[in-house]
Amino acid sequence: MKLKIMGIAVNTFREAARNKIFYLLVFFGILFALSSKLVSFLTLGDSIRVLKDTGLAAINFFCVLIAIFTGINLVYKEIEKKTVFNILSKPVSRDQFIIGKFLGLALSMLTALAAMAVIFFLFVAWSGGGFDLRIVLYFFMLFLELLIIVAISLFFSSFTTPILSFVFTVSLYLIGHIMWTFNEFKTVLRSPLWRYFTQGLYYLLPNLDKFNIKNEVVLNTVFNPWTILFSVLYALAYILALLAVTILVFRRREFQ
Amino acid sequence: MKALEIKGLKKTFRSNFLIKKYHILNGIDLSVEKGEIYGFLGPNGAGKTTTIKCVMGLLFPDRGEILIDGQPAHTVAARSRIGFLPENPYFYDYLSARELLFFSASLFNLPAAAVRDRIEALIHQVGLSGHEDLKLRKFSKGMIQRLGLAQALIHDPDLLVLDEPFSGLDPIGRKDLRTLILSLREQGKTIFFSSHILQDVEMMVDRVGIILKGAISREGKLSELISSSIQYYEIVCAHISEKELAKIQPNFACRDGQFSITLASDADINQVVESIIHHDGRIVAVSPVKMTLEDIFFNEMRPHRPATTGDNQ
Repeated sequence: MKLKIMGIAVNTFREAARNKIFYLLVFFGILFALSSKLVSFLTLGDSIRVLKDTGLAAINFFCVLIAIFTGINLVYKEIEKKTVFNILSKPVSRDQFIIGKFLGLALSMLTALAAMAVIFFLFVAWSGGGFDLRIVLYFFMLFLELLIIVAISLFFSSFTTPILSFVFTVSLYLIGHIMWTFNEFKTVLRSPLWRYFTQGLYYLLPNLDKFNIKNEVVLNTVFNPWTILFSVLYALAYILALLAVTILVFRRREFQ
Repeated sequence: MKALEIKGLKKTFRSNFLIKKYHILNGIDLSVEKGEIYGFLGPNGAGKTTTIKCVMGLLFPDRGEILIDGQPAHTVAARSRIGFLPENPYFYDYLSARELLFFSASLFNLPAAAVRDRIEALIHQVGLSGHEDLKLRKFSKGMIQRLGLAQALIHDPDLLVLDEPFSGLDPIGRKDLRTLILSLREQGKTIFFSSHILQDVEMMVDRVGIILKGAISREGKLSELISSSIQYYEIVCAHISEKELAKIQPNFACRDGQFSITLASDADINQVVESIIHHDGRIVAVSPVKMTLEDIFFNEMRPHRPATTGDNQ
């Protein structure tokens, strides 16, 4: 069973790694991270701080783009081009297919993020900044966020078209970063029904802002380790729940 | 025990916001014996691919039972015994043939050492030697079809299910594929394949099943279907005048200086032959004209076809 899942994961990673658009996005991620040097020249104050701030934002943006693109594209292509026939007609369960796909996408994200992170660290060191362990933590939290995005895109692409998957995933990503507003509703809304509804959405939709620790990293403020630990557990629980729902949907899917 | 058994298979598709139902399979019953080549025939839209997809677990039947070697088709044990080649197969074009076969082998938990030798043997068997490291995006249709067969054979299955394996192949590719399928039968494999290229089917199969509008309309051994279907008897003769021949048998045709007489039954053959010899004529041939698979196929289809299509053409 493990070999089958690993086979699908490695093949998914290979597909992403041999995709030109994947390389292009990694390249632009690095290019924009490096161009933060230009911004630091134009800004007054601590240039290393500005470099970290804009560089990490660029890496974040391009990693999210890669996660959405690969998550939607790779699964949809399997179904559209019918390569999925060659896998599911073999003694491979649909659960194994989804888990293998997710692990392959996770490996692709890890590789893209690691490539950008290494170059970013070297660049910061070359610019006169020291090695900051907090940035490693930032990348780790970003990786968790990317895993959630990949799981979301995998869920949508298991039953709908790429365009709709893209719209839904991007919408959830954007909503995921303003989840605090849902919590504010309970003080504003009078109807208990609406309050319950917004509270339900608050717990149901992904709270991606939990993984954004850029300000703490750049401004060098103190982390609460319990908040970090809670975010890690939240990410794991959310990913497992999403994969479980995706598997349930995919088990019922027919391939005409 | 049968290699493949399908009992009462029914499948409907829904469209127009789940309102309209399309009955694609209306109770398919068929069985494939071990070690035989079974041709699954039918026009486009008859339900061949739907049946095969139900066997392979890509579609879920509404009703019915599918058994592979006595086990339900959806079980891992049953799936491990089948090799499948889909219609117009498409494989990951960023892989080479060798990489694709390694990937296919990984889905069967095959030991790595055995896989290496197996892949080399299969590449040779399907005639892809020298192309094993070429990316699939550079493969021709025929090469993809050969590779499709190789990936279906990677785990040495007992039963091969091939959906339209001859579609899109040139005459050489079709001949090579026929030879390969026949050699697989020699090795004791069971082959179940769908096709609408009747020539190829007739040259290889042991048994055929004809599917029309989602139901098996005729099934049996090809030899029995054809031998039980003598259409008429033909006597070809020469060295006799038309006038003399007209006295013996008024229904004849003239072709290249020879005459062809058609008899509905074998009862009058002796009498006609003796009369021709009596008039110093020469008998060139006496032969029963059997139905071809194509004739059987069109006879089965006739009630389902619109009159305007012209069966006699």
